[in-house]
Amino acid sequence: MKKAIITVVGKDTVGIIAKVCTYLAAEKINILDISQTIVQGYFNMMMIVDISGTEKAFGQVVTDLDELGQEIGVSIRCQMEEIFDSMHRI
Amino acid sequence: MINIMEVTETNDMIQKEMLDVRTITMGISLLDCIDSDLKLLNEKIYHKIYESAKDLVAVGEEISREYGIPIVNKRISVTPIALVGGAACKSAEDFVSIAQTLDRVAKEVGVNFIGGYSALVSKGMTPAEEMLIRSIPQALSCTERVCSSVNVGSTKTGINMNAVKLMGEVIKETAEYTRDSDSLGCAKLVVFCNAPDDNPFMAGAFHGVTEADRIINVGVSGPGVVKKALEKVRGESFEVLCETIKKTAFKVTRVGQLVAKEASDKLGVPFGIVDLSLAPTPAVGDSVADILCEIGLEYAGAPGTTAALALLNDQVKKGGVMASSYVGGLSGAFIPVSEDQGMIDAVVAGALTLEKLEAMTCVCSVGLDMIAVPGDTKATTLSGIIADEMAIGMINQKTTAVRLIPVVGKGVGETVEFGGLLGYAPIMPVNRFSCDAFVNRGGRIPAPIHSFKN
Repeated sequence: MKKAIITVVGKDTVGIIAKVCTYLAAEKINILDISQTIVQGYFNMMMIVDISGTEKAFGQVVTDLDELGQEIGVSIRCQMEEIFDSMHRI
Repeated sequence: MINIMEVTETNDMIQKEMLDVRTITMGISLLDCIDSDLKLLNEKIYHKIYESAKDLVAVGEEISREYGIPIVNKRISVTPIALVGGAACKSAEDFVSIAQTLDRVAKEVGVNFIGGYSALVSKGMTPAEEMLIRSIPQALSCTERVCSSVNVGSTKTGINMNAVKLMGEVIKETAEYTRDSDSLGCAKLVVFCNAPDDNPFMAGAFHGVTEADRIINVGVSGPGVVKKALEKVRGESFEVLCETIKKTAFKVTRVGQLVAKEASDKLGVPFGIVDLSLAPTPAVGDSVADILCEIGLEYAGAPGTTAALALLNDQVKKGGVMASSYVGGLSGAFIPVSEDQGMIDAVVAGALTLEKLEAMTCVCSVGLDMIAVPGDTKATTLSGIIADEMAIGMINQKTTAVRLIPVVGKGVGETVEFGGLLGYAPIMPVNRFSCDAFVNRGGRIPAPIHSFKN
């Protein structure tokens, strides 16, 4: 399993999760966990996903999600999980 | 499993506090390129570097994209050219032709600096080494990306005062050769004591002879992250302060270790070291001086500065050492003037002098770095400043370096603009009393008593 972390930050609006999930489903990226909070109207979501099923290069997924974020008007980052693991786990 | 708080913390460091990997530097040995035919030597050097590093920039960008962490620079360091060119070069111009080859291949593979136009002369100089040193002004004026360094002393060998005298003259001459660009050549020239073989940071990087054929070294940074963390513990005791720096340094270095391992795997080149330095840039919020202010000083340079820097440097090392399997290079806090907005502000406010900077170099990781001085500063005065700095390194068994820029045609009160990562600097006054008789003695200063450990 190859895990990545997707973070979505921005002003809350209808259909953010739906649009992200639609993209992930189309690319055969499985969602393992979702957590989400709204602080002062700002939407803050984190997804842990498994990217081993997708045929796309990871760099392309990063670009696609970035573009999707610009369409919806939120910031979407997709990063390999290791950067968080190495920083927060010994 | 990773939680949302941790993810936010990491991403805030990257997006708001300017956490980045400052450089991936590929060290390449040129020892197997040595040839007595200059043309052939240049060809071999070009091909070895090109073949080794052609994917370096692309791989750096790929890693940056995958982990969402900026990797600011991709660079190359090579075996000191004085060793590589000794058999082929009969004149300074011959050495300059190698510098031009390095510049050409650096542009071809897309790295922004290539280090190693260097000579290691801490005890004595061979004719080839002296020739290379004398060629530095010309080499740095006719190339764009080549960086040069000369090691003139060490704890084991003492200080080569002939080389110190020569370097004062070479710095002056380099300033003269590059006067049209505010003596920018001097920003690419470092004089060292105890130069490390595996330093990934420019301008002093070279690939030591003790190293493998090729190696990946990574330099991390993150003064902004430390500053932000310290904002949360204002007024707390030194114990809390030190713990906070240590924990932050650990996290920053872990990112460097990850990037180093990835780069090493993707390029098929062994991982060398992580250099866990706090390297500032002129950008606001990326300053080591700001950390000193956060520790409790009005400006860098105020009484207490040396102590604050000492604890900062030590805690950075303590936090970082456990985060990486191999730590090396310079590893500590850099205190360049022109590359750090907080330092520039301190100089302008009159809080920071050259003498205080010298004291600070006793406890930081490098030395007198990126300091602009008046263009009419005498060569012997520059040599005297170098000798002082080398003595600090020699006696304290640490790396010290001098990167001074005597800006031709400018004096105290004026400002010099280098642009980009090199920043800008107010020209600082230099002690005007003579040290001619001292510098002109010739010979070398013997190694200190505590170097005899056998």
